[in-house]
Amino acid sequence: MAIPKVCGLETEFGIVVLGAENNPVAASGLLINSYLADIGRSAGFDTSTESPRRDARMIHEPSVLDPDPELDLVPVNTMLTNGARYYVDHAHPEMSTPEVRTALEAVRWDRAGEEILRRSMRAAKGSLPEGAEIIVHKNNSDGKGNSYGCHENYLVSRDVPFGHIIRGITAHFVSRQVFCGAGKVGCEAVGADSDAVAFQISQRADFFEEEVGLETTVRRPIVNTRDEPHCDPDRYRRLHVIAGDANMSETATFLKVATTAMILAAIEDGLSAGIPLLVDPVRAIRAISHDPTLSATVETSDGDHLTALELQWRLLDVARTWFERHGGEAVGTDVATMALSEWEQVLAGLETHPESMADRVDWVAKQRLTVAYAERHGLSPVAPRIRAIDLQYHDLRPERCLADRVGLRRLISDSEVNSAVSDPPETTRAYFRGRCLQKYANSVVAANWDSIVFDVGADPLRRVAMAEPLRGTAELLANVLEQSPTAAELVRRLGR
Amino acid sequence: MAERTHRQRSRESEVEDPPVAEDSVSPASDRADLDDLLDEIDEVLESNAEEFVRSYVQKGGE
Repeated sequence: MAIPKVCGLETEFGIVVLGAENNPVAASGLLINSYLADIGRSAGFDTSTESPRRDARMIHEPSVLDPDPELDLVPVNTMLTNGARYYVDHAHPEMSTPEVRTALEAVRWDRAGEEILRRSMRAAKGSLPEGAEIIVHKNNSDGKGNSYGCHENYLVSRDVPFGHIIRGITAHFVSRQVFCGAGKVGCEAVGADSDAVAFQISQRADFFEEEVGLETTVRRPIVNTRDEPHCDPDRYRRLHVIAGDANMSETATFLKVATTAMILAAIEDGLSAGIPLLVDPVRAIRAISHDPTLSATVETSDGDHLTALELQWRLLDVARTWFERHGGEAVGTDVATMALSEWEQVLAGLETHPESMADRVDWVAKQRLTVAYAERHGLSPVAPRIRAIDLQYHDLRPERCLADRVGLRRLISDSEVNSAVSDPPETTRAYFRGRCLQKYANSVVAANWDSIVFDVGADPLRRVAMAEPLRGTAELLANVLEQSPTAAELVRRLGR
Repeated sequence: MAERTHRQRSRESEVEDPPVAEDSVSPASDRADLDDLLDEIDEVLESNAEEFVRSYVQKGGE
């Protein structure tokens, strides 16, 4: 039986400084510290138990790059009261949403993360010389061959052999870009001319070189094998997905998470036999991205040649079968119903009248804009000003953001986003983490994904473990938190 | 394959989905709106957009 698809998103943002020294590591730290100062708090984050190089295939694969000591430092690293982690990773500010129970919640806390970045940009202005500013983009490439990620995480059962997950999910990671690609002007594939592709579907497809692997910064794999569950490792895996774009469209984020969660649930329930295996996934993910007419075909192990949309219709079929046989509870029944309907509409729309999807698919919205702008001004489709539109689509400054202006449909209200800036989701252990940081901030020594350490006074430090992602919810702990005026009382009531 | 997906789509349409054609008259694809949008982009596009995009270099991440 499929387990609940607890999930979350991690986004690395592009960052530049205008009007002052452009050091991305320092600027990322300044950005986050300015935000923390603005809201009047800071809290530690304990990374001592992190092991990002543990491999799900049970093999040890040394990194081909020695860690850069300067970039590996983590100068700023904090958990927020909404349960998210906000930190500097390499040379980017990164926001990991709290663990959530559904794709709709993932959209809400992802948008809250954007709002936190916007507030950070405003707060940082006070620490910069007059006229200087830090600018943040929610994108995945600089157009010059450098990429940074928007990762997804899904809770999957340890009982399912990892090979089944690889075989079941690869076709989805290769073809889902038709609705969750963020669009890109030009090409960054190694060895290709930057103008070889005028416009492509995905920001990221050019950067994948392996089918399966542990790396995330070099030789990027379509299926990443990082095995670091941040919860009970005997029961769970955390599937760490690196083959996706950061989305500006809420529908795109929603579908990206909901469809992936449903396919993973179908794999857990043994229904993945109908999913085609691809002969060359690396070639396929690029071929699909490089053809926004959606007519490129990829070869399956059965000898079929299918378009991305044909692959997606088959994947939708698998998800529907799963829903009909098992109900949608693993991803939230209402969310599953909504996602199946939206998935079908988007595939039908892309098939019959792609431009009609400009209100919900990022690459379609961006392509419509760049084509019309180039036509009006008589520009080449890869002219610098067209590339600037591509970049500015992702600019998080409200006065500059083009994605805000193209009429993207909203799934989440502004008030829901604003409350999620400070409040955690109620449906996972992130509730406990966030509420503890709200109520007992002065007693929290360290907060991690799977534990919180309290200083309760004279006693030794108390670590509260959170190995179960679905414990620590509002339903289970709201009363205990309500009745505990101090951290010491909380720890006592929790029986530790 | 083709028969299967067509059957699914017509079944879905009967249940709750609006016809796809409805989207084609949505504001997002309206030519006048697009012209307004292009006017707005001329206003909000960085004045030094070409230089901005040329100097936009990031370190790889993840």
